Parts: sequence; C-alpha cells; structure tokens
Amino acid sequence: MSDLSEIIQQQILHAVENQRPLNIVGGNSKSFLYQTQAGDTLSLHEHQGIVSYQPTELVVTAFAGTKLKDLQNMLAKHHQRLPFDPPHFGDNATLGGTIAAGLSGSTRPFTGSARDYVLGCKIINGKGQIMQFGGQVMKNVAGYDVSRLMVGAMGSLGVLLEISLKVLPVPTSECYLSQPRDTQDALRLMQTLASQNLPLSGLAYDGEALHIRLSGAEAAVRAARKKLGGEQHDTNIFWRQLNEQQHSFFNGGMPLWRVSVPPATADLPISGKQLYDWAGGLRWIKTDETAEKIFKLASRHHGHAQLFRTPDSKTLRRQPLSSGLKKLHLQLKHSFDPQSIFNHGQLYPDF
Amino acid sequence: MKKAQLIAALQAFLPEAAILSSKESQIPFECDALSAYRQLPLLTVLPDTIEQIQAVCKLCHRQQIPLVARGAGTGLSGGALPHEQGVLLSLAKFNQILSIDTANRSARVQPGVRNLAISEAVAQYGLYYAPDPSSQIACTIGGNVAENSGGVHCLKYGLTVHNILQLKVVTADGELLTIGSQAFDSAGFDLLALMTGSEGLLGIIVEVTVKLLPKPERTQVILAAFDDVAKAGRAVADIIAAGIIPAGLEMMDKLAIQAAEVFVHAGYPLEAEAILLCEIDGNNEEVSEHIMQVHQVLENSDPISFATAQSEQQRNLFWAGRKAAFPAVGRISPDYYCMDGTIPKEHLASVLQEIQRLSKQYELPVANVFHAGDGNLHPLILYDANKPGELVRAENFGADILKLCVQVGGSITGEHGVGIEKIDQMCTQFAADELAQFHSVKAAFDPQGILNPGKAVPTLHRCAELGAMHVHHGQLPHPELERF
Repeated sequence: MSDLSEIIQQQILHAVENQRPLNIVGGNSKSFLYQTQAGDTLSLHEHQGIVSYQPTELVVTAFAGTKLKDLQNMLAKHHQRLPFDPPHFGDNATLGGTIAAGLSGSTRPFTGSARDYVLGCKIINGKGQIMQFGGQVMKNVAGYDVSRLMVGAMGSLGVLLEISLKVLPVPTSECYLSQPRDTQDALRLMQTLASQNLPLSGLAYDGEALHIRLSGAEAAVRAARKKLGGEQHDTNIFWRQLNEQQHSFFNGGMPLWRVSVPPATADLPISGKQLYDWAGGLRWIKTDETAEKIFKLASRHHGHAQLFRTPDSKTLRRQPLSSGLKKLHLQLKHSFDPQSIFNHGQLYPDF
Repeated sequence: MKKAQLIAALQAFLPEAAILSSKESQIPFECDALSAYRQLPLLTVLPDTIEQIQAVCKLCHRQQIPLVARGAGTGLSGGALPHEQGVLLSLAKFNQILSIDTANRSARVQPGVRNLAISEAVAQYGLYYAPDPSSQIACTIGGNVAENSGGVHCLKYGLTVHNILQLKVVTADGELLTIGSQAFDSAGFDLLALMTGSEGLLGIIVEVTVKLLPKPERTQVILAAFDDVAKAGRAVADIIAAGIIPAGLEMMDKLAIQAAEVFVHAGYPLEAEAILLCEIDGNNEEVSEHIMQVHQVLENSDPISFATAQSEQQRNLFWAGRKAAFPAVGRISPDYYCMDGTIPKEHLASVLQEIQRLSKQYELPVANVFHAGDGNLHPLILYDANKPGELVRAENFGADILKLCVQVGGSITGEHGVGIEKIDQMCTQFAADELAQFHSVKAAFDPQGILNPGKAVPTLHRCAELGAMHVHHGQLPHPELERF
C-alpha cells in the first residue's frame, strides 16, 4: 500500500502555479473514450492499496490507483463483490478510472450503477485542496453529494484519491440461460421478466438469442430456471465477453455507439447492427450514421448517446446538453477547477 | 421591497387566494416537524403551475428575496423553516400523479404527491416505490428528494437517490431544467445525485420520475430478543457475514421496547435489553432459504428468544411496535429530541455505552431506535420543554452524540438532513475547505443565495466562532447569538 496523496498534491499545485493542464491517468485502459488534449500526465497508478475493509460493514475504502482486479480478488476472498459489475477494458484498470468513467456492467438494471455504490471519496480539487465528502457509512446526507457527482465526471472536477464503496455478498447461486428470439419478441420479454419477482442479474439480446442470467439464493435460482426454460450454459462466458466488449459483435472498425434509453423503447430505427443490454435500457450500435442523427434519435426516445469507440478523432462524443444544463456544467467546473487544469475535453469539448 | 409592493408584484401572476399574508393564515407554515424552531415568513404563496413557480423565482431572484420551498412539512431538521424576510413556497397544490409507465417501471409525479400514494396508485400493477420513510403517509416526494429520505428498507433498496430517474427543477433565476433522464443514466455530470438531498438550496423540485419495483412475492419477519446490546450488535454482523441482506434490520433498546410495548402490545419481551427485527423479502424460495439461514445465525448468537411471525397479522404486530416507537416515547415524556447519526456498525456497543454515560451526565433519559443494518441511530432524548434549561440540555446532549458519531467514522445525519438543526455540527464533520467547496457549488446554482438561505451549510465565520467557543460540556456561552 502506498499513499502518494502529498506527492500528487504537490504535482497539482505545481501545475496550477504554472498553468499547465493535467491529464489524469490510472491504468490507461479507457483512453479510447476520449481525445487526449495537450497537457502533462498525472499518474495515479502507484497510489494504490486498500485503506480499510470490514466485510460485515459492507464497505471498502481504497486508493484510486488500486487495480480493479486486485480489489475484486480481495472482495471475492470474503465472498463479496462490486455489485455494479464494472467493465475493465484491460488488465490495468484502476478503481479511480472506473469511478471517473462511471461505467456499470450488465447487472445495472437489477442491482444498480457505479454511482449507486459510491459512499464517499477523498479528492483534490483544482486549487490543490484535499477534501473528503460522503463517508464510510451507508447513509449520510450531510452536505451536498459531491462524491456521486465525481462518478462519470471523467476527472474533470478533481483528482480522486480515495473511494469508499458499498459492497454486497456474492450470490450463492448463478445460472445462465438463452432462448432464440426475434428482436421484437426479445425486447418485449425483457420487460415482462423485469416486472416479475425473479432473481435476475442480466437480460441481454445479441440479435439471435435472449440471454438471461439468474443470481441469488439457490432455491430461487433453481425455481426461476425451471419456470423460464431455454438452453442452460455451464459458464458465464457470454456475460464476461459482453462486459469486456470481447463478444464478436464488437469486432471490426465501425464506430460504436452507446445509446441509453428507457428499457421498453422499441427497436431504434437506424442502419447498422445492434446489441441490447440492461434489459433493453442500453443499446450498443455499430453504425456509420452521422453523430447528429444519432443524438437526435436518442433524444427523441428520451435517452442519450455516446460515441464509445471510434477510428477517427472526434471531439464531440457525447449527447449535447441543453443550454441551461451546459451553463450549470461550466459553473460547476469553475467551482471545482477554476483554472481548468484537469482533463480538458474528456467529457465535453468546452471544458 | 416592502411587503405591500411584493404582494402587488406577486398578484401580477398569482391569484389572490394563492398569496397568504396575514399572521393567522401563515401560522400553519411557521415550522416543520422540528417544532422547537418557529418563524413566520413574510409571505406564503401556493402556486399551482410551474410557470407561476418560475415567476416567483424570477421575482425573488431580481429582488434578492429569500425563498423557502415546503412540501408536507414533516421534515425533522427544520429544513422548511420559513425565513423572516422571505417567501415560503408551498408545493401543496402539486399533488397529481402525472403518468404511470408500467413497461418501463416508472411514474412521473408532481412534488406534492405523498410518498405512500405512489405505491398505492401502482399496486394494481404489482409494483411499488421502495423508499418508505416513517412519515410516508404524509410526507411528499418532493421533500423526500430534497432530503434524500431513507426508511426501514434502505439496506436492501437504497435511499431516495437510488430510486429516482429524473427531476424537473426550477432554478433560482426561474429557469426550468430537466435533470437525469427516463433512461438508466444521463449525459454529463450526475446532477440528479447532487440535487438529491440538497435541502432546497439548489433548486425547486417541480416534477419527479420515480423508479418502481415489482412487489416482493413474500415477506417474513423474525423477532429476536437479547439480554445484552452487544450480543444484538454481533448478531447483526453475523447475519451480514452469512451473506444475507435483509430488507430491514432494526434494533430497539430497553427503554424503547418498554415504551412501545405499553403503547401497542406488540408482544416484545419486556426483560430484554435489546430486540432485533429482521425482515426478509423477495420471491418465495429465496425467503424460505434466507429465513432458515437467519435462524441458524440466531441460534448461535445467544438470544433470550427468537421467533418468525406466523401470520401476516403477527408480522404487522411485530412491526407496529417499531413503527410506533416515536409516538410511544412521546407518551412517556412531554417532549423528545430525535437524533439521526450514523456509525460503522462495529462501534454500536461502545457508542450505545457512551450514550448511556452522557444520559447520566445530562440527567436526561434516552431511548434508542436503530436502523441496525445500515448503522443509522435514532436516539430519542427525553425532556420537558416547560422546565427551564431542559431543551438546551437536550440539544447539547444531542450535539455530543453527533460528535461521537463523527469520531467513530460516521456522520451527523443519515436521513433527516442538516436543515437548521444540525448546522453547527456540520463544523464538526467538515473542514473549512470542504465547506467552502459546498458554498461554491451552491453559488454555481444560486449565485444570489436566495434559496433556503442559512440552512444545510454553515458559514465559515460561524464555524470559526464555534470552534473558539465550543468548550465546556458543549454549553454555548452566547445562546442569544443568531444562527445562520
């Protein structure tokens, strides 16, 4: 375990003094998500280690540079897990990068998202001040929820030093089923299943089959398996490959869009190929359509789109914000990072 | 702007009946459920359209008039306490469920809709809204969002922040914003999380889209009694260690048990030092399996007795005692002061011991009710407001309990909010830089500081002064000083 908080703080103060922008890097596993801008690298990957972990408290606190797989392995030893099932996108993925990117895996509709499990964090803002928000307890409503504001902010508001997360027990039983379906049928069935009392932890459709993952008490999983039927698989390989985008759907160089919509939304009318996760709430789309068209489509369906992987260098990769929200974003950015030192352009081109 | 001018300006867009200006008509609004604090506002308005709310905000923003939003007024921290020179904005007329989307399992509701009314309206579809604060019959969803309310089922189902999808918010300058989305996430910063629990300081919530869940197929509750609080605390840890997340895991201490038993005859063993209520819900098979496992854990935790409710009637009875704990304590004491600290569960026994010591020191009895699963303590300090000095003593006792919670790594408030009540204790939990950051977040939303001024986040000046003063037994030497 090594606490490099002070060294990191010095680097930030130096950057502030010299007005040099910083690019915060953990394991560099998610750099495909943005267009890197000019700036010095602020590396967090050596700031690693578990600060505290008490399994019966269901809380773990770790330095941001802790490798995600190390954290998950340690939790697994105590039969616990990160319930939001974060994708790694590489062996070096860190906890800090995972929280900054705010990505959640296939369990998301059933057990919640990365931000749902963040209880507190220690950050350094753009003035070089070390600050702690939230805490290491399940319930805490003292002060604004700055910790959850950090989730998905792509490091634009501050450098994450330490993160406290709620963890949960590993389910005692899991089961993987698939049923051949057409798209319409699969989308409809996902909503029917999600509205029932089933131990679901994944509902995805790959264009051919509806994939169902069950997790929970042994008797509950057994009963649900019997009720739902379909082909049973011995391993969770489909779900692992889906989470890490190693499924064959993700092959090839076509731009990949992540479109988040209300789960019951009908099949989106757009050219290209689609894969459906999050019980229908997340649509992965491989298409050559213009960004403008996709943003419009997502917004028409009460959702939003993000150009997730692209062979070209594009700066605007996320759904444009309304003017009111944009103003708030700029003001919040200014509040945390008045000199705009951190991760310029990683979330939106203008900050 | 003088009161008469303000009334005239409001009349331009509000009907006469929606503006209350007399003392008599405004008395119902002078406090929330923290009735020790009372203040009449300059004016009270009851708009019934979002456009009217926008106009009120614009006017107040332009004239720099404080604006305090209010739902049902069931809050326990004085968050809805009016401002002497300000306008109180009641959202009582926004009481409609706008739409129920069964396919997406969500409902769009106005902020003045009661918490329980949502679950009642969607019950016919086999769905419900999970957060259930004890005031759920009366409290409104807008207030729940402003306070990030919890309830007895948070351990498994989370707080309000985990159960909402989208908000419509009117900002201090009258702009209408949509925050969050109908999907599972939204573009940009997580402003939905930031708004939730912001106690009316960042915007006026005018519409909420809540997430609905399938109603559990079956619910079971186990009641276990212990002759030692520490044993009950260990049983809580052992249940979690067994890999079970109960829907509810509640603890009561001796005084709370006795008060509740006399009041509702729930069948609680009067000789117990502590009881645990462990509720398991889910589908039929899951509940059976988990109940069996909890039984095994309890057999090894040396209880006086334990039993699973044998019928729905008995289950309700077991819960009735817990749910009536506050009014039950209200019957044995003229007044009580409810605290809301949270602690890591491992410190439960030592914290309860220290609370007992403080109880002797302050010569005030305390009954403890505890959301044991998520470490949220509700010590109820018994006092008599008519006896000189008792309220101040109760408040100082409470402040010491909260300091203790922070010392062991917890928080001054788990679900009731800071409001006006715990504004001084914020100085214990946060350092100056952190408080300054909060003020800067506030300024990003409300540069003039008109929304609910003086609540939730103390000024640095106030904390500095407290730091210098806060010495002997927490007795403030200048109680006459204004609190901001």
